[in-house]
Amino acid sequence: MADNKTDTKKISLTRNDRLKVAWRSTFIQGSWNYERMQNGGWLYSLMPALNKLYTKKEDRIAAYKRHLEFFNTHPYLASPILGVTLALEEDRANGAPVDDVAIQGVKVGMMGPLAGVGDPVFWYTVRPIVGALGASLAIAGNIVGPILFFVLWNLIRWAFMWYTQEFGYRAGSRITDDLSGGLLQKVTRGASMMGMFVIGALIQRWVKIDFKPVVSRITQQKGAFIDWNHLPSGAAGIHKALTEYQLGKGLSLDKVKVTTLQDNLDQLIPGLAALLLTFLCMWLLKKKVSPIIIILGIFIVGILLHVVGWL
Amino acid sequence: MSAISMILIVIVAFFAGMEGILDEFQFHQPLIACTLIGLVTGQLTAGLILGGSLQMIALGWANIGAAVAPDAALASVASAIILVQGGQGRAGIGSAIAIAIPLAVAGLFLTMIVRTITVAIIHVMDAAAEKGNYRTINMWQVVCICLQGLRIAIPAALLLIIPASQVRAMLEAMPKWLSDGMAIGGGMVVAVGYAMVINMMASSEVWPFFAIGFALAALTDLTLIAIGTIGLSMALMYLKLDEHGSNGGNGGGGNNNTGDPLGDILDDY
Repeated sequence: MADNKTDTKKISLTRNDRLKVAWRSTFIQGSWNYERMQNGGWLYSLMPALNKLYTKKEDRIAAYKRHLEFFNTHPYLASPILGVTLALEEDRANGAPVDDVAIQGVKVGMMGPLAGVGDPVFWYTVRPIVGALGASLAIAGNIVGPILFFVLWNLIRWAFMWYTQEFGYRAGSRITDDLSGGLLQKVTRGASMMGMFVIGALIQRWVKIDFKPVVSRITQQKGAFIDWNHLPSGAAGIHKALTEYQLGKGLSLDKVKVTTLQDNLDQLIPGLAALLLTFLCMWLLKKKVSPIIIILGIFIVGILLHVVGWL
Repeated sequence: MSAISMILIVIVAFFAGMEGILDEFQFHQPLIACTLIGLVTGQLTAGLILGGSLQMIALGWANIGAAVAPDAALASVASAIILVQGGQGRAGIGSAIAIAIPLAVAGLFLTMIVRTITVAIIHVMDAAAEKGNYRTINMWQVVCICLQGLRIAIPAALLLIIPASQVRAMLEAMPKWLSDGMAIGGGMVVAVGYAMVINMMASSEVWPFFAIGFALAALTDLTLIAIGTIGLSMALMYLKLDEHGSNGGNGGGGNNNTGDPLGDILDDY
């Protein structure tokens, strides 16, 4: 940048400038397109900083054009890359020999690996966990569910975006080395352990399969069931029945004891059918069957099995 | 339904559509979108429960690489509108969810259309950059975001125009075996989202965590928070012990899909 060598005053980005970039990066996916993906949003995010750093029109035009190149990563993990880019652009505006290739190289070099971290951590660990927490409250009719989800998620998101952008800005181009080192990998590992643990629990709790076929009908001996015809009338009868059923004697409700297939399965392993269904879905997904086909297929199977009386 | 409610619904739908692409504030997630629509129509509880149930199904829906997940934004907004219009209250939640799934698929096509239109807009931005006209670039970015909002707001408005009596008649005309069967399908379809998550994260290192989580959750006394606490503590303990075992860090690796015995079995199947 020969033009800038005449500048004696050093231009630097203030905290306020960086906050503007961080806020604008909220909209980085807004113009997501099939040609260059996040490029429009990327330039939109950097705009206030570029306009401050470059005052000459031709410098601005060059900057706009170099930031409209292809770019795509996880929307939150764009923040550290933005931070590094801000540091590089600042150096360049102050006369350091940072060329287009260097800037593009840093962007492309970081976007792949960072997307690989963001997807499992945010979409597949934090959101399912926070979402399941909120949803389980909401299903019970508790308004705290959605509020908790919204507040918790946005706190995590904003804190992450701001601090990683600042981290990127300070670390400059060294960030890629730092990130490939210990800490980030540890976070990813810990997150996937936690995630798998919770997913295991969710399959047990929330995948509902109830096999209806009757395995056995056993007519029970007198005294093993509540004798509904010989109860005292009124409240006294209800009292006696409840006592016999639940508290004292554990008598069964009906004369004929019906055992369904589900009762047998539950004695073996509760949630076994749900687990097998999940494994089947995993296998189909690995066979590149579209999740949409699987979802529609499950509905069709559910309806068919219900009609024939299995579910 | 009052005109104000309708306008508020369309605004909620607009935000859900924007968020469907931005994925930042999460207005498009069923838990938020359905609850908001319930709120502005005075059916908060029904919307809340619908949102929670749909959220459980949509937990693992995320667009990653070539895998395209169903569109949560249209599913949430449309099912909530149908629930409110149907006037069955909490009883209508099952059928609303069943209708939401095909709509989630339809939403994908709308997303693809908008993303293709955006290609043209990017070329307009190129031209503006050539002239150094940054205000034009900013403006087109906002236009793109609004297009994504309209993607959901327009179908929502169309659904609102259909009279409530027609929606109700349609829902009541649905035979019992079909609505029951769909509710059963809805109970099972949750597994697809979980399978997507597992395929992403599974490795030999983390399978034991999955097994413990599965076994512990059978104890119905444990709340989800208790289960989460146990999981977090175990992960922290594991990492700490691992660190000591390998003399201070550098014990990484194994967080990718190599060494995934079950995955290998499934692959070879």
